[in-house]
Amino acid sequence: MSELLKVPTMAEFMAEGKQPEVLFWVGCAGSFDDRAKKITKAFVRLLNRANVEFAVLGTEESCTGDPAKRAGNEFLFQMQAVTNIEVLNAYEVKKIVTACPHCFNTIKNEYPELGGQYEVMHHTQFLKSLLNDGRLTIEGGQFKGKRITFHDPCYLGRANNVYEAPRDLIRKLDAELVEMKSCKSRGLCCGAGGAQMFKEPEKGNKDVNVERTEQALDVKPEIIAAGCPFCNTMMTDGVKAKEKEADVQVMDIAELIANAQDL
Amino acid sequence: MNYIPNIIFAIALIAGIGYFAKNVKKLIRNIKLGHDVDVSDNKSQRFKNMAMIALGQSKMVRRPIAGFLHIIVYVGFIVINIEVLEIIIDGLFGTHRIFSSIGNLYGVLIGIFEILALLVFIAVTIFWIRRNIIKLQRFWKAEMTSWPKNDGNFILYFEMVLMTLFLIMNATDVHFQEMNNGNIISQYIAPLFSGLSENTLHFIERGAWWLHILGILVFLNYLYFSKHLHILLAFPNTYFGKLKPKGQFDNLEAVTKEVKLMMDPNADPFAAQPEGTEAPAKFGASDVQDLSWVNLLNAYTCTECGRCTSECPANQTGKKLSPRKIMMDTRDRLEEVGKNIDANKGEFKPDGKQLLDDYITREELWACTSCNACVEACPVSIDPLAIIIDMRRYLVMEQSAAPMELNNMMTNIENNGAPWPYNQMDRLNWKNE
Ligand code: SF4
Ligand code: SF4
Repeated sequence: MSELLKVPTMAEFMAEGKQPEVLFWVGCAGSFDDRAKKITKAFVRLLNRANVEFAVLGTEESCTGDPAKRAGNEFLFQMQAVTNIEVLNAYEVKKIVTACPHCFNTIKNEYPELGGQYEVMHHTQFLKSLLNDGRLTIEGGQFKGKRITFHDPCYLGRANNVYEAPRDLIRKLDAELVEMKSCKSRGLCCGAGGAQMFKEPEKGNKDVNVERTEQALDVKPEIIAAGCPFCNTMMTDGVKAKEKEADVQVMDIAELIANAQDL
Repeated sequence: MNYIPNIIFAIALIAGIGYFAKNVKKLIRNIKLGHDVDVSDNKSQRFKNMAMIALGQSKMVRRPIAGFLHIIVYVGFIVINIEVLEIIIDGLFGTHRIFSSIGNLYGVLIGIFEILALLVFIAVTIFWIRRNIIKLQRFWKAEMTSWPKNDGNFILYFEMVLMTLFLIMNATDVHFQEMNNGNIISQYIAPLFSGLSENTLHFIERGAWWLHILGILVFLNYLYFSKHLHILLAFPNTYFGKLKPKGQFDNLEAVTKEVKLMMDPNADPFAAQPEGTEAPAKFGASDVQDLSWVNLLNAYTCTECGRCTSECPANQTGKKLSPRKIMMDTRDRLEEVGKNIDANKGEFKPDGKQLLDDYITREELWACTSCNACVEACPVSIDPLAIIIDMRRYLVMEQSAAPMELNNMMTNIENNGAPWPYNQMDRLNWKNE
C-alpha cells in the first residue's frame, strides 16, 4: 500500500517553483515511533484522498525543541527553534499542519517571538476544515455506533482551548461519543508531557497513564480516541497494563477516519 | 460629655489600620524582590478577567457546592462592611446608629445585613464541617501541616464570632428592637435576653459592639499572616494573570540574545557587551528573588484551597509534587527573606538557604507533566507551573542537574534533531516502509 502514498517534500516543490497549500510538520514521534508512523500515514492517506497539495520537510525537519524547553533547557530549545525557523522561512511557509499537539503548541505559540510566524493547525482542525469545505467526506463505516471516548491531549485542550474539532470528527463517524468523568478543560494528563515521556516517573503509588486509562475504561468504550502520538503510546500501555487490549483499541482520530473509508 | 470612649476608639482604629498599612508596605516590598515582567499589555482583557474571576467568582462555581457557599460568604462580607462604616462614624463621634435617620431604607439595609449574617454563619459552619468532620481530601494533604490547617479554621471561627456579635449587638439594642424595622433575624434572638434589666442589655450591646469592631480590626491585621490575604490580592492577581495560551511558556530573552550571537556568523564573540545588556547573573530560579514579581504575588494570593493539587496528575498518583505546596513554599521562603531584610537594616544577608532543596525538592520539580491542570483549576489565576519550569531551568542550565534520561534525550536532540537516537537523514523513511 505504501507505494500509493504521495509525500512530496518542500525541496521538490521549490525545484518546480511551486508552493504547497500547507506544510505537514510530521514531528519526531510521527517520523520515528512505530506506532506514530501509522498515524502519520493515515493522515497522509486522507490528505491524498482530499487532493491537498501538501509537502513535508523530510530530512530538513528537526525537533521543535518542545521536550527540551519543558525540561528546562531553554538554550537547546531556542537553538532548535531558530534553526527550524530559518528553514521554514527560507521556504516561505505560511501554513502548517501537524498531528502532534506538542509541535502544534510550540510552533504556534513559541516560535512567533523568535521570528517564525505561521498559521498552525492541529490535524483534527485541518480535517474538520476539509470536511467543511466539502473536500473530504466522512463515513461511519466500521465505526458506526461504536462507543468511542476521546482523551484530550493537554497541549491541544487546556493549553490551546481546542476541544471541539476532534469531537466533531468522531460524531461524523456516527459513533457514540462518550465522555470520561474528567474531560475537556478538566481532562487528566496521560503522563507523557513535560518531557516525562523520556524518563522514569518519580516514586508514587501508580502511573499516570494507568490512572487515566482506568478513567477511560470506566465509561466502557470500544475505542479510546487520541489526538497525540504520546498520549497514544501512554494510553496503549495503560490498556495493556489493565489487560484490556482484546476489547479496547487506542486509535488516533486520523486513523479512525481513514479506516472508516478503508483507506 | 465623656470623650474617653471616642478617644479609645480612635486610638484602636489608628493602631489597627496603621499596623496593617505597615504590613502592606512590607508585602509590596517583598513582592518587588521579584524581577520585573511587562504586564502592561491588554488592559481591557485584564480588567475583564478581574471582573469575571475575582469580582464575579466565575471559577469558584466550577465546584458548585463550595462555590455557592463561598459566594454567600463573599457577598456577606462585602455588604456587611457597609455597616462597619456606620460603626466607625458612631465610634468616632459618639453617635448611635447615625444612618438610622435615613428612615425606612435603614431597616431594609439592616434587614439585609442580618439575613446575610445568618447565611454567612451557616455557610461558614458547613465549611468547618467539610474541613474537620467530612475531612475533604484536599484539606488533608501533606503540606497542610499544623499552621495551614489551623489558619483555615481560625478564619472560620473569626467569621462565626463576628457574625454572632453583630446579631447579638442588634438583639440587645432595645431602641433598635422597639423600632422593629430591620430586625428580621435579631428579633428571634432578643427573647434570649428578655428579663435582663435595661442596663444589663445596654452593657451587652456595648460589649458586642466593641468586640465586633475590635474583632474586625484584629481580623484585618490577621490577613497578612494568613491565606485570607486572598480577599485583597485576588484582585491584582487576576488582573496580572496570564493572558497567553496556557501552553505558551515565555522565551528567555537572555537566551535569545546568546543564541542569536551564536548563530550569527558575523558576530564577534569577543566583542564587549554593550552597557546595560549584560546577561543576568543566572538562568532560571533557585530562590525567590529569581522569580518574577507576578510569581511572588501569586504566592501571597494563594488561598491554599488545594483545587490545583486535587487536579494534579502527579499528586493523584502519589508523587510528592503538589502545586499548592509550590505556592506555599514560595510564600514561606519569601517571608523568610523579608524577615532577613528587616533584621539586617534593609539588606538581605545570605542565610545559606534557598527555595530549591530547602523548600522545594528536585523530586517534586521533575514529577511535573506540565499539563496545566493546576493553572486551569486555580480560582484566582495562579500559575504554579511557571515556578516549576523556572526552577527546572536553573537545574538544567546552571547545574546540568537533569535526570540522566533527560540528559540523554537532550543530547539526542542536539546531535540528531530528535529526542531518540535516530539519524535525521532517516526522517522520511516512514514513507516507504
Ligand atoms: S502542570 Fe505540573 S504541577 Fe500542575 S497539575 Fe500538571 S503535573 Fe501537576
Ligand atoms: S494555587 Fe490556586 S488552586 Fe492552588 S491552592 Fe492556591 S489558590 Fe488554590
